[in-house]
Amino acid sequence: MDPIMREIWAVARKDLLIEARSKVVATQVLPFALVILILFGLALDADRSTLRSFTPGLFWVATLFAGILAIQRSVSVETSSAAFEALRLSGAPGWKLFAGKALAVALQLLAIEAVLGLGVVVLYRASFADPVLVVTAALAATVAIASAGSLYGVLAVGMGVRDTILPMLLLPVLAPVLVAATRAFDDGLGTTAVNGWSWCALLAFFAVIYGTVGALAYAVVIEDA
Amino acid sequence: MEPAVRVRDAVVLLGRFPALAGLDLTLEPGTVTLVQGPNGAGKTTLLRLLAGLAPLESGQVSVLGHDVRTETRQVRASVGLLSPATMLYEQLTIIENLSFWASLSGHNDVDLMAVLDRVSMAPFADQHVETLSTGQRRRAAIAVVAIRRPRLWLLDEPHAGLDQAGRDIVDGLIADALVAGATVVVASHELDRVRPLATHVATVAGGIVHAFEAVGNGSDHA
Amino acid sequence: MPLATVRTRVEAAAPDLHGTGSRATRILGAACLVGMATLLMLAFWLTNPDERVDEETNIVTGQFDAVRLLYVHFPVAIVTYTAFLVTAAGCIMVLWKNSTWWDNTAAASAEVGVLFCGLTLVTGSIWGRPIWNTWWEWGDVRLMTTTILFLIFVGYLAYRRTMTDPQIRAKRSAVVGLIGAINIPIVYKSVEWWENRTLHQQSTLAELKVEDLTLFAMIFGMTVFLMIYVWLMVHRFRIGWLEHQAETAGLAVAIAERRAQAPDDIRNAVTDTRSSLPDSGVDT
Repeated sequence: MDPIMREIWAVARKDLLIEARSKVVATQVLPFALVILILFGLALDADRSTLRSFTPGLFWVATLFAGILAIQRSVSVETSSAAFEALRLSGAPGWKLFAGKALAVALQLLAIEAVLGLGVVVLYRASFADPVLVVTAALAATVAIASAGSLYGVLAVGMGVRDTILPMLLLPVLAPVLVAATRAFDDGLGTTAVNGWSWCALLAFFAVIYGTVGALAYAVVIEDA
Repeated sequence: MEPAVRVRDAVVLLGRFPALAGLDLTLEPGTVTLVQGPNGAGKTTLLRLLAGLAPLESGQVSVLGHDVRTETRQVRASVGLLSPATMLYEQLTIIENLSFWASLSGHNDVDLMAVLDRVSMAPFADQHVETLSTGQRRRAAIAVVAIRRPRLWLLDEPHAGLDQAGRDIVDGLIADALVAGATVVVASHELDRVRPLATHVATVAGGIVHAFEAVGNGSDHA
Repeated sequence: MPLATVRTRVEAAAPDLHGTGSRATRILGAACLVGMATLLMLAFWLTNPDERVDEETNIVTGQFDAVRLLYVHFPVAIVTYTAFLVTAAGCIMVLWKNSTWWDNTAAASAEVGVLFCGLTLVTGSIWGRPIWNTWWEWGDVRLMTTTILFLIFVGYLAYRRTMTDPQIRAKRSAVVGLIGAINIPIVYKSVEWWENRTLHQQSTLAELKVEDLTLFAMIFGMTVFLMIYVWLMVHRFRIGWLEHQAETAGLAVAIAERRAQAPDDIRNAVTDTRSSLPDSGVDT
């Protein structure tokens, strides 16, 4: 593996290994996401066709909430071992640390989304009119969420900062991602006639923006983590 | 010869509290300095400052020829800090922790098992950190620092939590570091243990160095 | 820091100060009051309600009296965006030049901005009720953008409150503020694409029956509210500046107190030869 990727992959691999051993995301965050789907189903008390048309929005709201938890977990892995200091001492550049952490969060989120996808098929009777669009949109949106989340996750730790501020900071910023992802899914799941691919392009734009901003700001922010 | 550490009038603030209040210190290379003083005197902050981790409010600090403000990366790359927190990931094994930190700091060619052997932790290489005792974690943490082969060792209470064998290992490491030409700074309350190893003693209180004297016993262990 | 300590330090820093007012701000404040009174007179009395008569059918349409609220809503919205632009500029300067002055300005402007943003939403909602027949319209681009803007900067202010160290607070909140500000045009574009039609007046000035007085009232309103913004900013900035001075004025004293801890400590240190367990990292 080339040297640039090696450090990024070392960080991501470490996070995924920790998850494989502790199974926090699999046993706590994933069921939480499913519970959200079920609760929406109960609360909305809607007939089948209405629930089906709500699917894109509900899917992405559930994903965002689960994402917050996954990001908090990603950060607490470091803070519980006082590892941010060691990461700074290691001399690895901030952008590589960011890329590794965000990659691990993204992979975990994709796993959650896969299960949620199954969930909406079963619970809301959704169907995949355009699977390629759905998968592409999900990939782009996930990169955007993982990038923005990894940066804001570190902003939400440090002396005096409580991580309860994370949702308040992150979710308004991710609002356009929610809008775009929902619209792309509207097309991909066949619930509304819109041009999903142009929304997908917007998602890719967000992914690039948040990836870049995160990479640039990470080194500055972990100095005080 | 250029000093390994030169601190001039350093002020370090933690929030608004001046942990270091105009501290002066000069250390020559190849020395072992015991930093003693009561709790809250500023010993840990001093070590973190020398590691390039604590923000300098005012003053000049140069470590191994690098200015801590402008060449922070170089400072961090050349030092090894052993702090009270072990900086090990609980769910990973010792060897996984070691190889992670080794690859992040660019030391991929180091023989990890040899380092583990040096701290007598080789049999535990595949054990998860969460199953280890405090003393064993400390030794593993020491191994993490040793991999970096630092030119300046910063040890914060290295003997704490270790049994007799563990303490002997720490003493041996300090001696090895000397032989390799590195400089060692040890903050400790175990004066009886560390004084015999030290070449100098610095007394820190109220955020400054009150006394600095050579004790000249350390060279016997080289 | 206890209030008594703040007071003594502020008095030490600025002995002749009896508040954040000055001759300039008093004149400005008076001008604002006069301007507001004039604006209200213009808005609610002197101008005519928006009535347009269709030439063929003789049906009267338009916003009627509701347009009067626009003389407040539109300027308040302008001030909102101005305030957040200033905050964004301040965040850039903090990250670039590490400037305390700009950090103070960014925070002050964000506070004033959140206030005006709330006013924008409220006046807009009241205006919208007779026009759109609803208090809240999800499809409207500007409403959505302004709401998210409001949330982003409420988050910015909440975030600032979590940190006490001024340097750390300045840097980190600058990152948060900057990303938040950059997000605004993105939100605007996204929502615009989301709903191709928008209930918001595309070009309010063009559609109204624009008489000279209407245009004048609009521009006059903008001027008055910008003056109010400046007045609020000057006061808020001064308060923040005094707080900052109170914090830093104590530094030399704190250092001296810290160093004076020593003699007792040395005595204790010499006799203390017992080992101690490692601390959780709080030991300085």
